[in-house]
Amino acid sequence: MTAIPHEAMGRQLVAAARWRPAEWVFWLFAAATVLLFPDRYLILTEVAWLGLFALSLDLILGYAGIVSLGHAAFFGIGAYSAGLLAKHGLINEPVLALVVAGFAAAVVGFLTSFLVMRGSDLTRLMVTLAIALVLRELANRFSDITGGFDGLQGITVAPVLGLFEFDLFGKVGYIYCLSVLFLLFVLARRIVHSPFGLSLRAIRNNPLRAAAIGIPVNRRLIWIYTVAAFYAGVAGALFTQSSAIASLDVFAFDRSADLMLVLVIGGTGYLYGGLIGAAIFKLLQQEVSSLTPQYWQFWIGLVLVVIVLLGRQRIESAVTFVPRRIARLFGKEIAALPGGEAP
Amino acid sequence: MTYALETIDLKKQFGGLAVTRDLSLRIATGARHALIGPNGAGKTTVINLLTGVLRPNGGRILLEGSDITALPVHSRVLRGLSRTFQINQLYADLTPLETIGLAVSERLGHGGDWWRVLGTRADVNGEIAEHLARFHLLDVMGERTATLPYGKQRLLEIAVAIATRPRVLLLDEPAAGVPESERHDILAAVASLPRDVTVLLIEHDMDLVFSFADRISVLVNGAMLTEGAPDEVARDPRVKAVYLGEGADA
Amino acid sequence: MTALTILFDGVAYGMLLFVLASGLAVTLGLMNFVNLAHGAFAMAGGYACVILVNRLGLPFFAALPLAFVAAALIGAVLERLLYRHLYGRSHLDQVLFTIGLVFMSVTATDYLMGSQQVFVQIPDYLRSQIDVFGLGVGRYRLMIIVICGLLTVALQLILGRTRFGSRLRAAVDDPRAATGLGINVGQVFALTFAFGSGLAGLGGALGAEILGLDPYFPLKFMIYFLIVVSVGGTSTITGPFMASLLLGVADVAGKYYVPKLGAFVIYALMIVILIWRPNGLFGRTATR
Repeated sequence: MTAIPHEAMGRQLVAAARWRPAEWVFWLFAAATVLLFPDRYLILTEVAWLGLFALSLDLILGYAGIVSLGHAAFFGIGAYSAGLLAKHGLINEPVLALVVAGFAAAVVGFLTSFLVMRGSDLTRLMVTLAIALVLRELANRFSDITGGFDGLQGITVAPVLGLFEFDLFGKVGYIYCLSVLFLLFVLARRIVHSPFGLSLRAIRNNPLRAAAIGIPVNRRLIWIYTVAAFYAGVAGALFTQSSAIASLDVFAFDRSADLMLVLVIGGTGYLYGGLIGAAIFKLLQQEVSSLTPQYWQFWIGLVLVVIVLLGRQRIESAVTFVPRRIARLFGKEIAALPGGEAP
Repeated sequence: MTYALETIDLKKQFGGLAVTRDLSLRIATGARHALIGPNGAGKTTVINLLTGVLRPNGGRILLEGSDITALPVHSRVLRGLSRTFQINQLYADLTPLETIGLAVSERLGHGGDWWRVLGTRADVNGEIAEHLARFHLLDVMGERTATLPYGKQRLLEIAVAIATRPRVLLLDEPAAGVPESERHDILAAVASLPRDVTVLLIEHDMDLVFSFADRISVLVNGAMLTEGAPDEVARDPRVKAVYLGEGADA
Repeated sequence: MTALTILFDGVAYGMLLFVLASGLAVTLGLMNFVNLAHGAFAMAGGYACVILVNRLGLPFFAALPLAFVAAALIGAVLERLLYRHLYGRSHLDQVLFTIGLVFMSVTATDYLMGSQQVFVQIPDYLRSQIDVFGLGVGRYRLMIIVICGLLTVALQLILGRTRFGSRLRAAVDDPRAATGLGINVGQVFALTFAFGSGLAGLGGALGAEILGLDPYFPLKFMIYFLIVVSVGGTSTITGPFMASLLLGVADVAGKYYVPKLGAFVIYALMIVILIWRPNGLFGRTATR
């Protein structure tokens, strides 16, 4: 035994939360992309907001075990909020608009979380799906505000913090998205290593026991759902600000489904999965769509089918040995997706 | 007198089937109380009612004199009523260190803290160390729970309940499924529970019941058959009848 | 358009939805498998009918059973090759997998058949209206009500009264015990799945005229099928049937009276019902 056990406890617990070398490398590389790929800013920007969006789903799916087929709902709220704020000149400064858009999504997340807490996984899947569909219908119904199928036109985004103007090449846009991603990532990282974050993993592992040690299960789930909605809202706002459009498809089912794939590719429950998945997804999309632009979705479908058939766990643990090593480097505890696989 | 745990005319039915019938159970403070009964007597239902997993159809539950009948599971725990499970209910992906750390954090009110990394509070760390040491878990504290030997998992099951610092602890068949070689550790852990913790033991194993309990209640068909000191209960012909077959399959 | 006409159209629409979704009610309700790709089998039946009637010149009524067979065959093959590996998996896995299948079926159909909406050439005598007690009703819709009504009764009898029905229930309740009783569980599941896919295919063929048929059919109607099953509950076949009728009438009436709200009312209603009664409006409430 250690001489002073309780200090050893502290050290070992804190060690799990320490930044690992691989993480430094990851973020240094992310920063370096600004200099390395000056002609790829547009796709890099897409990777950044998609990564943030996937990070948001990972918070509820990978950590808390809440399945959702309608995460695009919050993305859409954020996208339209940012678009409307900019279009009508309500809040011109993008960062502030971003925060407001995030909060708008968080409010919807908080209100709908009570619907999502009830029932089984299956009910959750349907309720989340239906919520996204309802929002899409609403956006369509109030087309005088949202622009309906044509989307919001004529959005101009003011300089970031009043200093950095968005340029034609998308350099400022990319740096902006990447910075937001990094800041929110650090926050998420902090959250998952806190007692609160650990209690989420406990709930996903065993809700029965979680309540039996005094964890208020529903309250915790409501909070993380709200936080995740904020993240998704910010991702949506980044999408609108960087592309200057917001149309009905921000709410589309395809978007929620693609997001699942992003997370499945990257792996859940260690925060980096969404980011790595987003990068791979966008690269694949670019490569494949340049061959068959119309039928890109076919390949998404095929990848999903193959991944599930091979077994997500098995893929993570055996077939792709390298990504697992990478995940380890990022400090992924061996985590299983909710439900897991039958032996 | 105030009891550590008391039920008054507790009722529960599933559909038309009454599984708990006007159960009035009184457990004195500091007692080592055992609840026994044949299979199907409704012991599990009683635990679920006491802990709040199930809501009774009638009757009340008092914890140290205050009514907890309407409280949710986690509030009862924070008020000092904890349990262990007959079948281990642990966090497969978490380590014993994290599991105990979580229970201690919740008890000290840091459970909702989303900013400070777990392990940076001296009071929490001290308690974790104490529990891990008492239940011989220090050597495996950093390993994933799913990979621990069964005996260690069983110890963790009890340790995590104790880490919530209960005043009343419900032990649901603590030695169930434990291999003979590891049984001693479990029994020692049960025997060395702090005296100020009131224990309600739900058990099948009569050796364990009679070596541990100072009071025994016998449950049959969801109702109380008898209650008394171990030697009284052992002599009771009705108890013998129940355990020797008649009505045991009910 | 009178209220009675709306009711009639709504009932026809609802019965069609029931035939389309009944297979899902069985796979989801009895076999506990979330098959979001159910609509793909309906689409397969629809396109089979289009090819048989429009291109090969088969009579419409000869093409209907063939649409059933085509979808059932596809269902059987996919069940043996793919689906059966996923019965024991988590709902999330099943969802991911079947979303993948939906995407593949949508784009594959787009590639093979083109993205435009297609119609089945139905016989002229089905196009006109007939007069029933002073109410002008479309013959095609009347035919749908008759066919779907018969199918519903047949389905009820098969599940409730036949040996196959009891075998299926035994296989679902406890696969191990069922195997012990000499029931070939895999075969029972495969047949059930194929039959459900066949019904969807038949529904797709019948519905092409009313619902419209294009490669996006599985996505467009996925939510409708889910509503039928989730609102109807999965413990009986009557529940989804009632839910289908409700949905059909509500949808037709909604589109007529409050066209601006679109499908909003229906989605919102589904959320409310799921929150209110997670086991469905007509489902048995779990007592534990």
